[in-house]
Amino acid sequence: MKSRLSAAVHGWLLLLPAMALLVAFTHWPAVASLVESFTSTPRPRRPSRFVGVANYEQMLADPVFWQSLVNNLRFALGTIPLAIGLALLMAVWVNDRIPGRTFARMAYFTPTILPMIAVANIWLFFYTPQYGLLEQVTAALGLPSHNWLGSRETALAAVTLVAVWKEAGFFMIFYLAALQGISPTLAEAAALEGASRWTFFRRVQFPLLMPTTLFVLINAVINAFRTVDHIIVMTRGGPDNATSLLLFYVYQVGFNFWDTSYAAALTVVLLVMLAVAALVQYGWLERRVHYR
Amino acid sequence: MSGVPLAGPAVRRRPAPPELRPSPYEPTGFWRALEGLGAVLLALLWVLPLLFAVWAAFHGAEDTARLDLDAPLTLSNFRRAWEAAPFARYFLNTIVLVTLIFAGQVVLGTLAAFAFARYDFPGSGIAFALVLVQLMIMPDVLIVENYRTMSRLGLVDTIPGIALPYIASAFGIFLLRQTFKTIPKELDDAARVEGASALQVLLRIYVPLAKPVYVAYGLVSVSYHWNNFLWPLIVTNSVEARPLTVGLQVFAGGDQGVDWAVICAATLMTSAPLLVGFLLFQRQFVQSFMRAGIR
Repeated sequence: MKSRLSAAVHGWLLLLPAMALLVAFTHWPAVASLVESFTSTPRPRRPSRFVGVANYEQMLADPVFWQSLVNNLRFALGTIPLAIGLALLMAVWVNDRIPGRTFARMAYFTPTILPMIAVANIWLFFYTPQYGLLEQVTAALGLPSHNWLGSRETALAAVTLVAVWKEAGFFMIFYLAALQGISPTLAEAAALEGASRWTFFRRVQFPLLMPTTLFVLINAVINAFRTVDHIIVMTRGGPDNATSLLLFYVYQVGFNFWDTSYAAALTVVLLVMLAVAALVQYGWLERRVHYR
Repeated sequence: MSGVPLAGPAVRRRPAPPELRPSPYEPTGFWRALEGLGAVLLALLWVLPLLFAVWAAFHGAEDTARLDLDAPLTLSNFRRAWEAAPFARYFLNTIVLVTLIFAGQVVLGTLAAFAFARYDFPGSGIAFALVLVQLMIMPDVLIVENYRTMSRLGLVDTIPGIALPYIASAFGIFLLRQTFKTIPKELDDAARVEGASALQVLLRIYVPLAKPVYVAYGLVSVSYHWNNFLWPLIVTNSVEARPLTVGLQVFAGGDQGVDWAVICAATLMTSAPLLVGFLLFQRQFVQSFMRAGIR
Protein backbone atom coordinates (compact mmCIF):
# COMPACT_ATOMS: atom_id res chain seq x y z
CA MET A 1 0.00 0.00 0.00
CA LYS A 2 2.66 2.42 1.00
CA SER A 3 6.25 2.21 -0.04
CA ARG A 4 8.98 1.90 2.55
CA LEU A 5 10.57 5.06 1.25
CA SER A 6 7.54 7.23 1.85
CA ALA A 7 7.14 5.74 5.34
CA ALA A 8 10.74 6.66 6.08
CA VAL A 9 10.30 10.17 4.77
CA HIS A 10 7.09 10.67 6.72
CA GLY A 11 8.62 9.28 9.90
CA TRP A 12 11.61 11.59 9.75
CA LEU A 13 9.52 14.60 8.83
CA LEU A 14 7.30 14.05 11.87
CA LEU A 15 10.35 13.68 14.07
CA LEU A 16 12.33 16.56 12.62
CA PRO A 17 11.04 19.56 14.63
CA ALA A 18 11.46 17.84 18.00
CA MET A 19 14.80 16.35 17.03
CA ALA A 20 16.17 19.70 15.83
CA LEU A 21 15.36 21.37 19.15
CA LEU A 22 16.68 18.43 21.15
CA VAL A 23 19.96 18.52 19.29
CA ALA A 24 20.20 22.30 19.57
CA PHE A 25 19.58 22.47 23.33
CA THR A 26 20.74 19.13 24.70
CA HIS A 27 23.19 17.28 22.48
CA TRP A 28 24.97 20.25 20.97
CA PRO A 29 25.54 22.09 24.28
CA ALA A 30 26.84 18.87 25.84
CA VAL A 31 29.38 18.47 23.03
CA ALA A 32 30.14 22.20 22.95
CA SER A 33 30.91 22.14 26.68
CA LEU A 34 33.53 19.48 26.05
CA VAL A 35 35.10 21.44 23.16
CA GLU A 36 34.92 24.69 25.08
CA SER A 37 36.60 23.15 28.11
CA PHE A 38 39.85 22.85 26.11
CA THR A 39 39.95 26.54 25.25
CA SER A 40 40.51 29.73 27.20
CA THR A 41 37.77 32.17 28.10
CA PRO A 42 37.72 35.03 25.55
CA ARG A 43 38.64 38.40 27.08
CA PRO A 44 38.45 41.82 25.38
CA ARG A 45 42.11 41.76 24.31
CA ARG A 46 42.70 38.01 24.20
CA PRO A 47 40.45 35.93 21.93
CA SER A 48 39.70 32.34 22.93
CA ARG A 49 42.41 29.85 22.02
CA PHE A 50 43.18 26.17 22.49
CA VAL A 51 44.79 25.56 25.88
CA GLY A 52 44.71 21.76 26.14
CA VAL A 53 43.86 20.48 29.59
CA ALA A 54 44.72 23.74 31.37
CA ASN A 55 41.14 24.17 32.64
CA TYR A 56 41.20 20.67 34.11
CA GLU A 57 44.59 21.34 35.74
CA GLN A 58 43.11 24.46 37.25
CA MET A 59 40.19 22.37 38.47
CA LEU A 60 42.41 19.79 40.15
CA ALA A 61 44.13 22.61 42.02
CA ASP A 62 40.90 24.41 42.90
CA PRO A 63 39.85 23.77 46.51
CA VAL A 64 36.35 25.18 45.88
CA PHE A 65 35.78 22.59 43.15
CA TRP A 66 36.78 19.75 45.46
CA GLN A 67 34.67 21.19 48.23
CA SER A 68 31.65 21.43 45.88
CA LEU A 69 32.17 17.88 44.67
CA VAL A 70 32.39 16.50 48.21
CA ASN A 71 29.41 18.62 49.29
CA ASN A 72 27.39 17.33 46.35
CA LEU A 73 28.21 13.72 47.15
CA ARG A 74 27.28 14.26 50.79
CA PHE A 75 24.10 16.07 49.72
CA ALA A 76 23.24 13.10 47.47
CA LEU A 77 24.05 10.52 50.15
CA GLY A 78 21.92 12.49 52.59
CA THR A 79 18.86 13.18 50.44
CA ILE A 80 18.57 9.94 48.46
CA PRO A 81 18.23 7.34 51.25
CA LEU A 82 16.28 9.66 53.54
CA ALA A 83 13.78 10.76 50.90
CA ILE A 84 13.27 7.23 49.58
CA GLY A 85 12.96 5.70 53.07
CA LEU A 86 10.46 8.31 54.17
CA ALA A 87 8.54 7.96 50.91
CA LEU A 88 8.20 4.23 51.49
CA LEU A 89 7.06 4.74 55.08
CA MET A 90 4.51 7.35 54.00
CA ALA A 91 3.18 5.11 51.24
CA VAL A 92 2.80 2.10 53.55
CA TRP A 93 0.97 4.29 56.04
CA VAL A 94 -1.49 5.96 53.71
CA ASN A 95 -2.09 2.67 51.91
CA ASP A 96 -3.70 1.30 55.08
CA ARG A 97 -7.18 2.37 56.11
CA ILE A 98 -5.98 4.46 59.03
CA PRO A 99 -7.70 7.51 60.49
CA GLY A 100 -6.56 10.77 58.90
CA ARG A 101 -5.09 9.22 55.79
CA THR A 102 -6.58 11.74 53.36
CA PHE A 103 -5.08 14.59 55.36
CA ALA A 104 -1.75 12.77 55.64
CA ARG A 105 -1.57 12.07 51.91
CA MET A 106 -2.31 15.69 51.10
CA ALA A 107 0.23 16.99 53.62
CA TYR A 108 3.00 14.73 52.30
CA PHE A 109 2.37 15.65 48.69
CA THR A 110 1.92 19.42 49.07
CA PRO A 111 5.66 20.35 49.02
CA THR A 112 5.93 18.71 45.57
CA ILE A 113 3.78 21.28 43.85
CA LEU A 114 5.31 24.33 45.57
CA PRO A 115 8.13 26.13 43.78
CA MET A 116 11.51 25.21 45.28
CA ILE A 117 12.27 28.90 45.52
CA ALA A 118 9.12 29.53 47.59
CA VAL A 119 9.92 26.53 49.74
CA ALA A 120 13.44 27.85 50.24
CA ASN A 121 12.13 31.22 51.37
CA ILE A 122 9.81 29.54 53.85
CA TRP A 123 12.59 27.37 55.24
CA LEU A 124 14.95 30.33 55.36
CA PHE A 125 12.44 31.97 57.66
CA PHE A 126 12.00 28.69 59.57
CA TYR A 127 15.77 28.55 60.25
CA THR A 128 16.25 32.29 60.97
CA PRO A 129 18.07 33.00 64.23
CA GLN A 130 15.75 34.38 66.93
CA TYR A 131 12.63 34.79 64.77
CA GLY A 132 12.47 31.38 63.17
CA LEU A 133 10.15 28.66 64.40
CA LEU A 134 13.03 26.27 64.96
CA GLU A 135 14.75 28.78 67.23
CA GLN A 136 11.54 29.34 69.16
CA VAL A 137 11.12 25.62 69.70
CA THR A 138 14.71 25.10 70.80
CA ALA A 139 14.52 28.18 73.05
CA ALA A 140 11.33 26.84 74.66
CA LEU A 141 13.18 23.60 75.35
CA GLY A 142 15.98 25.62 76.94
CA LEU A 143 18.56 24.81 74.25
CA PRO A 144 21.17 27.39 73.23
CA SER A 145 20.57 29.53 70.13
CA HIS A 146 22.17 28.26 66.94
CA ASN A 147 22.54 29.75 63.48
CA TRP A 148 21.64 26.67 61.44
CA LEU A 149 22.45 28.10 58.01
CA GLY A 150 25.29 30.32 59.20
CA SER A 151 27.60 27.72 60.64
CA ARG A 152 29.78 25.38 58.63
CA GLU A 153 28.80 22.32 60.65
CA THR A 154 25.04 22.47 60.14
CA ALA A 155 24.47 24.42 56.89
CA LEU A 156 24.75 21.45 54.52
CA ALA A 157 22.53 19.29 56.73
CA ALA A 158 19.98 22.12 56.88
CA VAL A 159 19.71 22.42 53.08
CA THR A 160 19.68 18.63 52.72
CA LEU A 161 16.65 18.49 54.98
CA VAL A 162 14.83 20.98 52.74
CA ALA A 163 15.42 18.77 49.70
CA VAL A 164 14.18 15.69 51.58
CA TRP A 165 11.06 17.57 52.65
CA LYS A 166 10.41 18.64 49.08
CA GLU A 167 10.97 15.24 47.44
CA ALA A 168 9.65 12.56 49.78
CA GLY A 169 5.96 13.15 49.01
CA PHE A 170 6.63 13.02 45.28
CA PHE A 171 8.31 9.63 45.58
CA MET A 172 5.55 8.47 47.93
CA ILE A 173 2.92 8.46 45.18
CA PHE A 174 4.93 6.01 43.06
CA TYR A 175 5.24 3.63 45.99
CA LEU A 176 1.57 4.08 46.75
CA ALA A 177 0.62 3.20 43.17
CA ALA A 178 2.89 0.16 43.26
CA LEU A 179 1.54 -1.02 46.61
CA GLN A 180 -2.00 -0.78 45.30
CA GLY A 181 -0.94 -2.81 42.28
CA ILE A 182 0.19 -5.77 44.36
CA SER A 183 -2.43 -8.52 44.25
CA PRO A 184 -4.26 -8.85 47.59
CA THR A 185 -4.23 -12.63 47.23
CA LEU A 186 -0.51 -12.53 48.06
CA ALA A 187 -1.31 -11.01 51.47
CA GLU A 188 -3.98 -13.63 52.06
CA ALA A 189 -1.61 -16.44 51.13
CA ALA A 190 1.11 -15.02 53.36
CA ALA A 191 -1.34 -14.68 56.25
CA LEU A 192 -2.41 -18.31 55.82
CA GLU A 193 1.23 -19.29 56.09
CA GLY A 194 1.38 -17.31 59.32
CA ALA A 195 3.91 -14.70 58.16
CA SER A 196 4.20 -11.61 60.38
CA ARG A 197 3.52 -8.20 58.91
CA TRP A 198 7.24 -7.42 58.88
CA THR A 199 8.07 -10.68 57.12
CA PHE A 200 5.35 -9.99 54.56
CA PHE A 201 6.80 -6.54 53.93
CA ARG A 202 10.39 -7.72 53.74
CA ARG A 203 9.82 -10.91 51.72
CA VAL A 204 6.90 -9.95 49.50
CA GLN A 205 6.13 -6.23 49.27
CA PHE A 206 9.66 -4.87 49.28
CA PRO A 207 10.98 -7.18 46.52
CA LEU A 208 7.91 -6.45 44.40
CA LEU A 209 8.55 -2.73 44.83
CA MET A 210 12.10 -2.99 43.46
CA PRO A 211 11.30 -1.60 39.97
CA THR A 212 9.64 1.37 41.66
CA THR A 213 12.65 1.82 43.91
CA LEU A 214 14.91 1.87 40.84
CA PHE A 215 12.73 4.45 39.13
CA VAL A 216 12.63 6.62 42.24
CA LEU A 217 16.36 6.18 42.74
CA ILE A 218 17.12 7.44 39.22
CA ASN A 219 14.99 10.50 39.84
CA ALA A 220 16.58 11.11 43.22
CA VAL A 221 20.08 10.93 41.76
CA ILE A 222 19.27 13.35 38.94
CA ASN A 223 17.67 15.74 41.42
CA ALA A 224 20.67 15.59 43.73
CA PHE A 225 22.84 17.00 40.94
CA ARG A 226 20.24 19.34 39.47
CA THR A 227 18.59 21.02 42.45
CA VAL A 228 20.33 24.23 43.39
CA ASP A 229 17.45 26.72 43.62
CA HIS A 230 17.40 26.46 47.41
CA ILE A 231 21.16 27.01 47.60
CA ILE A 232 20.84 30.27 45.66
CA VAL A 233 18.07 31.49 47.97
CA MET A 234 19.23 30.18 51.33
CA THR A 235 23.02 30.29 51.49
CA ARG A 236 24.55 31.29 48.14
CA GLY A 237 26.97 28.41 48.68
CA GLY A 238 28.13 29.77 52.02
CA PRO A 239 29.24 29.91 54.72
CA ASP A 240 32.75 29.56 53.33
CA ASN A 241 31.54 27.25 50.48
CA ALA A 242 30.07 24.75 52.94
CA THR A 243 26.90 24.38 50.84
CA SER A 244 28.31 24.91 47.35
CA LEU A 245 27.08 22.13 45.04
CA LEU A 246 28.51 21.38 41.58
CA LEU A 247 25.77 23.03 39.54
CA PHE A 248 25.79 26.00 41.89
CA TYR A 249 29.54 26.34 41.34
CA VAL A 250 29.01 26.13 37.56
CA TYR A 251 26.49 28.95 37.91
CA GLN A 252 28.84 31.01 40.05
CA VAL A 253 31.87 30.56 37.77
CA GLY A 254 29.86 31.01 34.58
CA PHE A 255 27.59 33.89 35.54
CA ASN A 256 29.24 35.69 38.46
CA PHE A 257 32.90 35.38 37.47
CA TRP A 258 32.11 35.03 33.71
CA ASP A 259 34.87 32.44 33.28
CA THR A 260 32.89 30.47 30.69
CA SER A 261 35.63 28.01 29.69
CA TYR A 262 36.23 26.93 33.25
CA ALA A 263 32.46 26.68 33.74
CA ALA A 264 32.33 24.45 30.64
CA ALA A 265 34.98 22.17 32.15
CA LEU A 266 32.95 21.98 35.37
CA THR A 267 29.83 21.18 33.31
CA VAL A 268 31.72 18.28 31.72
CA VAL A 269 32.44 16.87 35.18
CA LEU A 270 28.76 17.17 36.05
CA LEU A 271 27.75 15.43 32.81
CA VAL A 272 30.23 12.63 33.48
CA MET A 273 28.75 12.10 36.95
CA LEU A 274 25.23 11.90 35.48
CA ALA A 275 26.40 9.52 32.75
CA VAL A 276 28.10 7.25 35.28
CA ALA A 277 24.95 7.26 37.40
CA ALA A 278 22.89 6.34 34.31
CA LEU A 279 25.22 3.49 33.35
CA VAL A 280 25.27 2.06 36.86
CA GLN A 281 21.52 2.23 37.16
CA TYR A 282 20.44 1.04 33.74
CA GLY A 283 23.30 -1.35 33.11
CA TRP A 284 23.94 -2.97 36.45
CA LEU A 285 20.99 -2.38 38.77
CA GLU A 286 18.32 -2.96 36.11
CA ARG A 287 19.38 -6.59 35.80
CA ARG A 288 19.05 -7.35 39.48
CA VAL A 289 15.89 -5.54 40.55
CA HIS A 290 13.26 -7.54 38.71
CA TYR A 291 11.73 -10.00 41.05
CA ARG A 292 10.89 -13.32 39.48
CA MET B 1 -9.63 3.67 46.97
CA SER B 2 -12.13 4.96 49.51
CA GLY B 3 -15.84 4.16 49.44
CA VAL B 4 -15.59 0.44 50.08
CA PRO B 5 -19.18 -0.79 49.75
CA LEU B 6 -20.63 -2.27 52.88
CA ALA B 7 -21.34 -5.94 52.43
CA GLY B 8 -25.14 -6.15 52.47
CA PRO B 9 -27.07 -9.42 52.81
CA ALA B 10 -27.23 -9.91 49.05
CA VAL B 11 -23.49 -9.63 48.69
CA ARG B 12 -22.71 -11.78 51.64
CA ARG B 13 -23.39 -15.06 49.84
CA ARG B 14 -20.28 -14.98 47.75
CA PRO B 15 -16.93 -13.51 48.83
CA ALA B 16 -16.21 -9.94 47.74
CA PRO B 17 -13.76 -9.61 44.86
CA PRO B 18 -10.18 -9.64 46.17
CA GLU B 19 -9.54 -5.93 45.73
CA LEU B 20 -12.44 -5.06 48.05
CA ARG B 21 -11.54 -7.39 50.90
CA PRO B 22 -9.39 -5.71 53.54
CA SER B 23 -5.86 -7.06 53.59
CA PRO B 24 -5.15 -9.40 56.53
CA TYR B 25 -2.20 -7.12 57.25
CA GLU B 26 -4.36 -4.06 57.77
CA PRO B 27 -3.66 -2.96 61.34
CA THR B 28 -6.61 -3.12 63.73
CA GLY B 29 -7.49 -1.69 67.13
CA PHE B 30 -4.52 -0.31 69.02
CA TRP B 31 -2.07 -0.74 66.16
CA ARG B 32 -4.39 1.02 63.76
CA ALA B 33 -4.64 3.97 66.14
CA LEU B 34 -0.88 4.03 66.65
CA GLU B 35 -0.16 3.96 62.93
CA GLY B 36 -2.74 6.71 62.35
CA LEU B 37 -1.13 8.79 65.07
CA GLY B 38 2.30 8.33 63.49
CA ALA B 39 1.01 9.27 60.05
CA VAL B 40 -0.79 12.35 61.31
CA LEU B 41 2.18 13.52 63.40
CA LEU B 42 4.48 13.23 60.39
CA ALA B 43 1.87 15.04 58.30
CA LEU B 44 1.71 17.88 60.84
CA LEU B 45 5.50 18.08 60.83
CA TRP B 46 5.33 18.20 57.03
CA VAL B 47 2.90 21.14 56.85
CA LEU B 48 4.49 23.00 59.78
CA PRO B 49 6.84 25.24 57.73
CA LEU B 50 3.94 26.08 55.44
CA LEU B 51 1.58 26.87 58.31
CA PHE B 52 4.25 29.07 59.85
CA ALA B 53 4.53 31.02 56.58
CA VAL B 54 0.73 31.37 56.44
CA TRP B 55 0.77 32.63 60.02
CA ALA B 56 3.43 35.22 59.25
CA ALA B 57 1.73 36.36 56.06
CA PHE B 58 -1.62 37.08 57.74
CA HIS B 59 -0.31 38.89 60.82
CA GLY B 60 1.30 42.25 61.43
CA ALA B 61 5.09 42.40 61.58
CA GLU B 62 5.01 42.74 65.36
CA ASP B 63 3.23 39.38 65.67
CA THR B 64 5.37 37.50 63.14
CA ALA B 65 7.43 35.73 65.75
CA ARG B 66 4.92 35.74 68.60
CA LEU B 67 2.62 32.78 68.24
CA ASP B 68 -0.30 34.41 69.98
CA LEU B 69 -3.62 33.04 68.74
CA ASP B 70 -5.42 36.32 69.59
CA ALA B 71 -3.21 38.40 67.32
CA PRO B 72 -5.30 40.33 64.77
CA LEU B 73 -5.42 39.04 61.20
CA THR B 74 -4.46 41.39 58.38
CA LEU B 75 -4.10 41.40 54.61
CA SER B 76 -1.73 44.39 54.63
CA ASN B 77 1.32 42.19 53.95
CA PHE B 78 -0.18 41.04 50.69
CA ARG B 79 -1.03 44.60 49.72
CA ARG B 80 2.47 45.81 50.52
CA ALA B 81 4.08 42.97 48.57
CA TRP B 82 1.81 43.58 45.58
CA GLU B 83 2.69 47.27 45.58
CA ALA B 84 6.42 46.81 46.17
CA ALA B 85 7.09 44.77 43.02
CA PRO B 86 5.41 44.34 39.62
CA PHE B 87 3.81 41.01 40.53
CA ALA B 88 0.96 41.49 38.04
CA ARG B 89 3.51 41.58 35.23
CA TYR B 90 5.35 38.56 36.67
CA PHE B 91 2.09 36.62 36.79
CA LEU B 92 1.40 37.49 33.17
CA ASN B 93 4.93 36.48 32.14
CA THR B 94 4.65 33.14 33.90
CA ILE B 95 1.27 32.40 32.36
CA VAL B 96 2.57 33.23 28.87
CA LEU B 97 5.67 31.13 29.54
CA VAL B 98 3.93 27.96 30.73
CA THR B 99 1.35 28.22 27.94
CA LEU B 100 4.02 28.65 25.30
CA ILE B 101 6.07 25.73 26.62
CA PHE B 102 3.13 23.36 26.94
CA ALA B 103 1.71 24.26 23.52
CA GLY B 104 5.11 23.65 21.93
CA GLN B 105 5.63 20.43 23.86
CA VAL B 106 2.24 19.08 22.81
CA VAL B 107 2.71 19.80 19.10
CA LEU B 108 6.29 18.59 18.77
CA GLY B 109 5.80 15.73 21.21
CA THR B 110 2.70 14.44 19.46
CA LEU B 111 4.35 14.44 16.05
CA ALA B 112 7.52 12.75 17.30
CA ALA B 113 5.62 10.20 19.40
CA PHE B 114 3.43 9.32 16.40
CA ALA B 115 6.56 8.75 14.32
CA PHE B 116 8.10 6.48 16.95
CA ALA B 117 4.89 4.58 17.66
CA ARG B 118 3.62 3.93 14.13
CA TYR B 119 6.38 4.45 11.56
CA ASP B 120 9.08 1.99 10.77
CA PHE B 121 11.94 4.07 9.47
CA PRO B 122 15.70 3.57 9.31
CA GLY B 123 17.49 5.17 12.25
CA SER B 124 14.43 5.22 14.49
CA GLY B 125 16.22 3.17 17.16
CA ILE B 126 19.17 5.56 17.30
CA ALA B 127 16.87 8.58 17.19
CA PHE B 128 14.88 7.21 20.12
CA ALA B 129 18.05 6.58 22.12
CA LEU B 130 19.10 10.17 21.41
CA VAL B 131 15.74 11.37 22.72
CA LEU B 132 16.12 9.35 25.91
CA VAL B 133 19.50 10.99 26.61
CA GLN B 134 17.54 14.08 27.64
CA LEU B 135 15.88 12.20 30.50
CA MET B 136 19.28 12.03 32.17
CA ILE B 137 20.96 15.19 30.90
CA MET B 138 18.39 17.95 31.10
CA PRO B 139 18.72 21.51 29.79
CA ASP B 140 18.81 22.58 33.46
CA VAL B 141 22.42 21.43 33.65
CA LEU B 142 23.62 22.93 30.35
CA ILE B 143 23.19 26.55 31.37
CA VAL B 144 26.53 27.89 30.14
CA GLU B 145 26.28 26.74 26.52
CA ASN B 146 22.55 27.38 26.25
CA TYR B 147 23.08 30.94 27.41
CA ARG B 148 25.68 31.35 24.67
CA THR B 149 23.21 30.01 22.09
CA MET B 150 20.50 32.37 23.31
CA SER B 151 22.77 35.37 23.05
CA ARG B 152 23.72 34.34 19.49
CA LEU B 153 20.02 34.10 18.65
CA GLY B 154 19.34 37.44 20.33
CA LEU B 155 16.83 35.81 22.66
CA VAL B 156 18.42 36.73 25.99
CA ASP B 157 15.86 38.40 28.24
CA THR B 158 12.83 37.24 26.28
CA ILE B 159 10.12 34.74 27.16
CA PRO B 160 10.83 32.55 24.07
CA GLY B 161 14.44 32.48 25.28
CA ILE B 162 13.31 30.88 28.54
CA ALA B 163 10.95 28.48 26.78
CA LEU B 164 13.00 27.23 23.83
CA PRO B 165 15.28 24.67 25.56
CA TYR B 166 12.25 22.94 27.10
CA ILE B 167 9.95 22.72 24.08
CA ALA B 168 11.35 19.42 22.84
CA SER B 169 10.79 17.24 25.87
CA ALA B 170 12.05 13.65 25.98
CA PHE B 171 9.67 13.00 28.81
CA GLY B 172 6.65 14.09 26.77
CA ILE B 173 7.72 12.19 23.66
CA PHE B 174 8.25 9.05 25.71
CA LEU B 175 4.95 9.38 27.54
CA LEU B 176 2.92 9.94 24.36
CA ARG B 177 4.74 7.19 22.47
CA GLN B 178 3.86 4.68 25.19
CA THR B 179 0.23 5.81 25.02
CA PHE B 180 0.01 5.72 21.21
CA LYS B 181 1.46 2.22 21.20
CA THR B 182 -1.45 0.94 23.26
CA ILE B 183 -3.98 2.15 20.67
CA PRO B 184 -5.07 -0.79 18.46
CA LYS B 185 -3.53 -0.71 15.01
CA GLU B 186 -6.88 -1.89 13.58
CA LEU B 187 -8.48 1.50 14.29
CA ASP B 188 -5.69 3.16 12.39
CA ASP B 189 -5.97 0.74 9.44
CA ALA B 190 -9.74 1.07 9.26
CA ALA B 191 -9.52 4.87 9.06
CA ARG B 192 -6.91 4.64 6.33
CA VAL B 193 -9.06 2.26 4.31
CA GLU B 194 -11.76 4.93 4.51
CA GLY B 195 -9.29 7.29 2.92
CA ALA B 196 -8.10 9.31 5.92
CA SER B 197 -4.66 10.87 5.65
CA ALA B 198 -1.95 10.29 8.26
CA LEU B 199 -2.62 13.68 9.81
CA GLN B 200 -6.36 13.01 10.02
CA VAL B 201 -5.69 9.64 11.66
CA LEU B 202 -3.45 11.32 14.21
CA LEU B 203 -5.89 14.12 15.00
CA ARG B 204 -9.14 12.11 14.89
CA ILE B 205 -8.03 8.85 16.52
CA TYR B 206 -4.77 9.07 18.44
CA VAL B 207 -5.08 12.49 20.04
CA PRO B 208 -8.67 12.08 21.34
CA LEU B 209 -7.91 8.63 22.76
CA ALA B 210 -4.83 9.98 24.56
CA LYS B 211 -6.73 12.86 26.16
CA PRO B 212 -6.24 11.79 29.81
CA VAL B 213 -2.52 11.52 29.17
CA TYR B 214 -2.45 15.04 27.75
CA VAL B 215 -4.24 16.31 30.87
CA ALA B 216 -1.76 14.52 33.13
CA TYR B 217 1.19 15.77 31.10
CA GLY B 218 -0.25 19.29 31.18
CA LEU B 219 -0.49 19.37 34.96
CA VAL B 220 3.05 18.07 35.35
CA SER B 221 4.50 20.40 32.70
CA VAL B 222 2.72 23.50 33.98
CA SER B 223 3.71 22.90 37.59
CA TYR B 224 7.30 22.17 36.58
CA HIS B 225 7.70 25.33 34.53
CA TRP B 226 5.69 27.51 36.91
CA ASN B 227 8.29 26.51 39.52
CA ASN B 228 11.43 26.52 37.36
CA PHE B 229 14.01 29.01 38.56
CA LEU B 230 17.68 28.67 37.65
CA TRP B 231 17.46 28.97 33.86
CA PRO B 232 14.95 31.89 33.91
CA LEU B 233 17.17 33.59 36.51
CA ILE B 234 20.14 33.38 34.17
CA VAL B 235 18.47 34.28 30.92
CA THR B 236 16.29 37.20 32.06
CA ASN B 237 17.20 40.55 33.53
CA SER B 238 14.19 42.79 33.12
CA VAL B 239 10.67 43.04 34.50
CA GLU B 240 9.25 42.44 31.00
CA ALA B 241 10.59 38.88 30.77
CA ARG B 242 10.99 37.71 34.36
CA PRO B 243 8.68 34.92 35.53
CA LEU B 244 7.23 34.84 39.05
CA THR B 245 9.94 32.71 40.61
CA VAL B 246 12.70 35.08 39.53
CA GLY B 247 10.57 38.09 40.44
CA LEU B 248 10.04 36.65 43.90
CA GLN B 249 13.75 36.14 44.36
CA VAL B 250 14.58 39.66 43.18
CA PHE B 251 11.97 40.93 45.63
CA ALA B 252 12.94 38.76 48.61
CA GLY B 253 16.67 39.11 48.02
CA GLY B 254 16.44 42.86 47.52
CA ASP B 255 16.92 45.53 50.11
CA GLN B 256 13.54 46.04 51.78
CA GLY B 257 15.20 44.84 54.98
CA VAL B 258 14.20 41.45 56.24
CA ASP B 259 10.47 41.95 56.53
CA TRP B 260 9.50 38.33 56.88
CA ALA B 261 5.79 39.01 56.95
CA VAL B 262 5.87 40.64 53.51
CA ILE B 263 8.22 38.01 52.08
CA CYS B 264 5.96 35.22 53.31
CA ALA B 265 2.97 36.98 51.77
CA ALA B 266 4.76 37.29 48.42
CA THR B 267 5.87 33.66 48.61
CA LEU B 268 2.33 32.42 49.22
CA MET B 269 0.99 34.68 46.51
CA THR B 270 3.32 33.23 43.86
CA SER B 271 2.51 29.65 44.84
CA ALA B 272 -1.21 30.27 45.34
CA PRO B 273 -2.53 29.27 41.89
CA LEU B 274 -0.86 25.87 42.04
CA LEU B 275 -1.65 25.40 45.71
CA VAL B 276 -5.34 26.23 45.27
CA GLY B 277 -5.50 24.10 42.14
CA PHE B 278 -3.97 21.23 44.02
CA LEU B 279 -6.32 21.53 46.99
CA LEU B 280 -9.34 21.60 44.67
CA PHE B 281 -8.25 18.87 42.28
CA GLN B 282 -6.13 16.81 44.61
CA ARG B 283 -6.95 13.46 43.10
CA GLN B 284 -6.31 14.60 39.52
CA PHE B 285 -2.95 16.08 40.53
CA VAL B 286 -1.76 12.98 42.34
CA GLN B 287 -2.98 10.69 39.58
CA SER B 288 -1.38 12.87 36.90
CA PHE B 289 1.98 12.83 38.59
CA MET B 290 1.60 9.10 39.06
CA ARG B 291 0.55 8.42 35.47
CA ALA B 292 3.34 10.60 34.16
CA GLY B 293 5.93 8.85 36.26
CA ILE B 294 5.05 5.22 35.68
CA ARG B 295 6.27 3.95 32.39
